[in-house]
Amino acid sequence: MSTPENSAHGQSIDAQSLRHASGPYFGAYGGRWMPESLMAAMDELNETFEAAKNDPEFIAQVKDLNTNYSGRPSLLTEAKRFSQQYCGGVRIFLKREDLNHTGSHKINNVLGQALLAKRMGKTRIIAETGAGQHGVASATAAALMGLECVVYMGAEDTRRQALNVARMRLLGATVIPVTVGSQTLKDAINEALRDWVANVENTHYLLGTAAGGAPFPAMVRYFHEVIGDEAREQILAQTGRLPNAVTACIGGGSNAIGIFHGFLDDPEVEIYGFEAGGDGVETDRHAATITLGRPGVLHGAKSYLMQDEDGQTIESHSISAGLDYPGVGPEHAYLSDIGRVSYEPVTDTEAMDAFKALCRTEGILPAIESAHALAGTIRLAQRKIAEGANPEETIIIANLSGRGDKDVGTAAAWFNMIDEKDAEAEINAANSQSSGSQNSEEK
Amino acid sequence: MTRVTSAQKIAAARAEGRPALIGYLPAGFPDVPTSIEAAVALAENGADIIEIGIPYSDPVMDGQVIQEATVQSLANGFKVSQVFDIVRGITERTDAAVMVMTYWNPVLRMGVDEFSRRFAEAGGAGLITPDLVPEEAGEWIEASTKYDLERVFLIAPSSGEQRVQRTVDASSGFIYCVSLMGVTGARTEVSSAAQAVVAAAHSAGAENACVGLGVSRREHVEEIGAYADGVIVGTALVAALRDGGVPAVGRLAAELSGRA
Repeated sequence: MSTPENSAHGQSIDAQSLRHASGPYFGAYGGRWMPESLMAAMDELNETFEAAKNDPEFIAQVKDLNTNYSGRPSLLTEAKRFSQQYCGGVRIFLKREDLNHTGSHKINNVLGQALLAKRMGKTRIIAETGAGQHGVASATAAALMGLECVVYMGAEDTRRQALNVARMRLLGATVIPVTVGSQTLKDAINEALRDWVANVENTHYLLGTAAGGAPFPAMVRYFHEVIGDEAREQILAQTGRLPNAVTACIGGGSNAIGIFHGFLDDPEVEIYGFEAGGDGVETDRHAATITLGRPGVLHGAKSYLMQDEDGQTIESHSISAGLDYPGVGPEHAYLSDIGRVSYEPVTDTEAMDAFKALCRTEGILPAIESAHALAGTIRLAQRKIAEGANPEETIIIANLSGRGDKDVGTAAAWFNMIDEKDAEAEINAANSQSSGSQNSEEK
Repeated sequence: MTRVTSAQKIAAARAEGRPALIGYLPAGFPDVPTSIEAAVALAENGADIIEIGIPYSDPVMDGQVIQEATVQSLANGFKVSQVFDIVRGITERTDAAVMVMTYWNPVLRMGVDEFSRRFAEAGGAGLITPDLVPEEAGEWIEASTKYDLERVFLIAPSSGEQRVQRTVDASSGFIYCVSLMGVTGARTEVSSAAQAVVAAAHSAGAENACVGLGVSRREHVEEIGAYADGVIVGTALVAALRDGGVPAVGRLAAELSGRA
């Protein structure tokens, strides 16, 4: 990985632009590994998307929705107390996707795809969801645009995220609990694909992440590029320079590819993706797909994949339902292979420590997904200092991809805050902790 | 050993003035020895071609009955390399052509060349690949050519003329014509779309066009046999094996083939 000092004057690793890779392949990854029955729909989607990208009317529609419905641009907030207490004074800026309507970056993609569904004359959208964020966002877009919406959700997840199930139903969506397979996100995607095969005539599959067969990875990135474009402009306006590093959490990788996009062609900016390390990558309970997976095909794309020696998908584990996916978008696989982006695992414990740190220092309750990016940011800042960087001259942007309201139950249970006495003890323990990320076993 | 191909079996059936009967069973369901016995019973009762499905963790083209069978097979510890034992077990005891139906990742994981070599050595005729389209099949086309294996790709009611042509050109043995937009599962009636899919395959130059999905009864076989070169039955056989064991598979095969 290059440092700002040498790469600004040395060899650029991107002789050609990385920002606008159009697919269907990203190096050896991507493509369309899916049933013939869906090929016509994928072709139609691709044609519609390519035409829309070059249609000023469509571009204006997206911009209008982003501005007047989602509330974009999202803020770029300097997290000064978080920086002082946890990052050794390295300047940390948070890209506030948590402030978007529906509470995460997911809205960017669903609005764009719902517009495309309308353009294709489809009257029904289907979606998969893990934690419920993408399901809620899809239900929202469907309500806004008068589309029927069906959301597939692992039965296990419907129990863990009952509140989000209710939100989707309030918005008029039908939520179908998936009871086959592991009953989590990957099986929800399988069921959505089965529905799509049967109803492709009137139905658009509104995939929620930058994975799947072409054109999904490039298309989902396109709708999230606004995150990186805004962040780049905002950091230049606020600090007069580019950051040293940009960080994001990686499940399928849509929020990450959105913010990375803004900086991929700036070789002096280091880029980090933090995967869900679950109980630790030395255990078999994690979702660190790039760190430990190997290339394979799942849900339409060739990419890194958690699989056994027989090519059977291995179930992933993470405290964050949104990162609990055994695959990853193909563009990330490519960016990892060429060394442009570094991918590292963050454990549940590290993420939850960072979760609490942000709550207590900035008054911001992050999604547990986003807390993985924060934990990675703390680690990166401390590494920079150990390497001799001047903290005040070091800038990191972390993508705060969503708000943590949906995670209050999980977090309260993790920190034993359900009972008042326990909460008090927890606060005392927190106050006596040192400012590192490697602190006590909370669980 | 001379391998029996699906093209040979379809030609032989045609010579008898009937469509070829292709029967699907999942590998290792309910266990490896029984899946061999069931396939042998299938062949002995009139199936020309046996299609063995490799259980896979994410079978997006399969309905509930086949999903449940393959989940059980995996839960019992089925390993992909056992499919070669099953293929060998069937080819040693019958003169049916033995195809394997597989989602692509298990083949990729083993290595396309190694899988193809071991499959050919076991006497297999070719692969049916429900989530592999010709555009992504470069490695498979190379390996299947090297080991002289048949490549059965699928076409669907949604496939346009160009895609049908490309798929027919890339296929050998037969073309799998998906009768309807949906996943595997028995249905009371055969979709009216099936005949058009077969016609599209034939006009693109396919010699053998076989129809699958939703086919479960003798009357379906007769109806489809009027325009197609082969008829593929899956879910109904899996349900028979689940509910009545090997004898039930034999009885249903005899009925489907018109022998009962």
